[in-house]
Amino acid sequence: MGMTVVEKILAKAAGLKSVKAGDVVEPKVDLAMSHENAALVINQFKEIYEGTGREAKPWEPSNIAIIFDHRVPAEGPKTATNQKLIRNFVSQHNIEKFHDIRGDRGGICHQILPEYGYVRPGYVVVGTDSHTTSHGALGAFSFGIGATEMASVWTLGVALNVEVPPTIKVVVKGSFPKHVGPKDLILHLIGKLTAQGANFRVLEFHGKTIQKMSTSGRLAICNMSVEAGATSGIVPADEETVRYLKEEAGVKGKIECVVPDDDAVYEQIVDVDVSALAPQIACPHTVDNVKPIDQVAGKPVQQVVIGSCTNGRLDDLAAAAKIIKGKKVAQGTRMLVFPASGRVFAQALDAGYIHDFMKAGAVVMNSGCGPCLGVHQGALGDDEVALATTNRNFKGRMGNPKSEVYLCSPAVAAASAITGVITDPRKGGK
Amino acid sequence: MGKVVLKLGKDISTDDIYPGRFMATVLPTETPQFCFNDRTEFNAKLKAKAIPAGSIIVADENFGCGSSREQATSAVKGHELVVIAKSIARIFLQNSVNLGLNLIICPTIEANEGDEIEVQAGKVLNKTSGKEFKTVPLPPARQAIINAGGLIPFTRKRMLESNPR
Repeated sequence: MGMTVVEKILAKAAGLKSVKAGDVVEPKVDLAMSHENAALVINQFKEIYEGTGREAKPWEPSNIAIIFDHRVPAEGPKTATNQKLIRNFVSQHNIEKFHDIRGDRGGICHQILPEYGYVRPGYVVVGTDSHTTSHGALGAFSFGIGATEMASVWTLGVALNVEVPPTIKVVVKGSFPKHVGPKDLILHLIGKLTAQGANFRVLEFHGKTIQKMSTSGRLAICNMSVEAGATSGIVPADEETVRYLKEEAGVKGKIECVVPDDDAVYEQIVDVDVSALAPQIACPHTVDNVKPIDQVAGKPVQQVVIGSCTNGRLDDLAAAAKIIKGKKVAQGTRMLVFPASGRVFAQALDAGYIHDFMKAGAVVMNSGCGPCLGVHQGALGDDEVALATTNRNFKGRMGNPKSEVYLCSPAVAAASAITGVITDPRKGGK
Repeated sequence: MGKVVLKLGKDISTDDIYPGRFMATVLPTETPQFCFNDRTEFNAKLKAKAIPAGSIIVADENFGCGSSREQATSAVKGHELVVIAKSIARIFLQNSVNLGLNLIICPTIEANEGDEIEVQAGKVLNKTSGKEFKTVPLPPARQAIINAGGLIPFTRKRMLESNPR
């Protein structure tokens, strides 16, 4: 019986010939990523060793990545002290894949990992962040875990008791219409599957549209797979994956692509045609409350946010800059832009996008998770409405339970910043 | 036996259980103060210790969806509440098993705030309505972690069984 990509990856990582959905395995972990919540991981890690007489040393420091992104620079003494504690741990254990608060090699974890070539096809990646699903874009099995589970991984080097998830095959065909792209595709799919439609499952992406899609677009769709409940999204590695890793991430040497068997067993097959897809909007307060833009166009927005681990990459900024260049952000609307990494920021500077944003009246912020989850900057006032290229619109997500968040693509966000109301970029504003 | 102290709808996110703006607080000893922070009345009762241990939260499908933040689990666990939900999002379920939060999957549960609930092997009894509802057992691999008292003792034992470095 054939295997899906994730089954193949898990079989190899667990030292087995084959596995099938429902089997329980203990895969070796190739990369274990944390951000500021490493402070809690360290606490739990030390507790595992408490009273054992053994020294608390991570199993393999080179397989650990720690990236500061959630609250950078620190918003208060508690975060700053957590970051200090983590820095000490990092230097004590020689953790080299550490990205501190810096304008050159800093950034959002889900951009840094691909950008620095830390993830390869066939890897098992775990991260103490639900959007760790992102790295399926490079053909890895990558999923979110809690801090205590990460402490266990640091101790043993394996993920304990992983049930091999069933896989839903998503076949995407058609060319995107102008101003429609990967974000609209994933929002549409989440609306179709619902917020729990892929709970405990993998979304494996196929089809001509995916083959033609850049790694940046693939990162966006895998990133948001978790919003349908998926354990992971995955795009089987192909020529584009190899191109990205070699050309953009500077990876040297052979890259082996893991692909599914022709007779792999899927729980379900979902077909999507994007050729007539309209820009999609996820309305408050769940990500599966998705509507085509014509149903919400005209809604006034007080804050437009472009950035995040979903849509803060260079092509996202390019799409937004193209629309906003030479225009002005509407009175009564604030526009915040936060690039996904220091490198993306520098590239956007060179390309003139940052200049375009600032001239239009946008505030360009440093890379980080910032406003997305209401922990740091960009909070909303009572009864205010935000339109964001981020990934969640839960009640209170942007720091205020009395506000609303709508989710969209960079093109919709930019077009709407100009008008101050939700605006279809295909039609333009006033 | 416990009383239902909070009845919730579907897709209750970890932002609802533990808002992101309190994420700088990480230690299980400190997180319970922010449990359901934005449900002001309920949070006030929790902080006033007006809700006894073993009280029950009943939720619809997909409880705990969203972020992997373990604070959401440790905050509920800190008040020794029991969660009965029709279904539970993957990471929250795993975190609950790992930290020993009492979580019961009961796809047909019907209960209102104030109802007295008794959890038995394989079923939940609603003493107030007189109805009983079947529960879904956790996968055996997860049960082993619960039986060990959580993931920390489970991992400690595995580590000690391995060769010392």
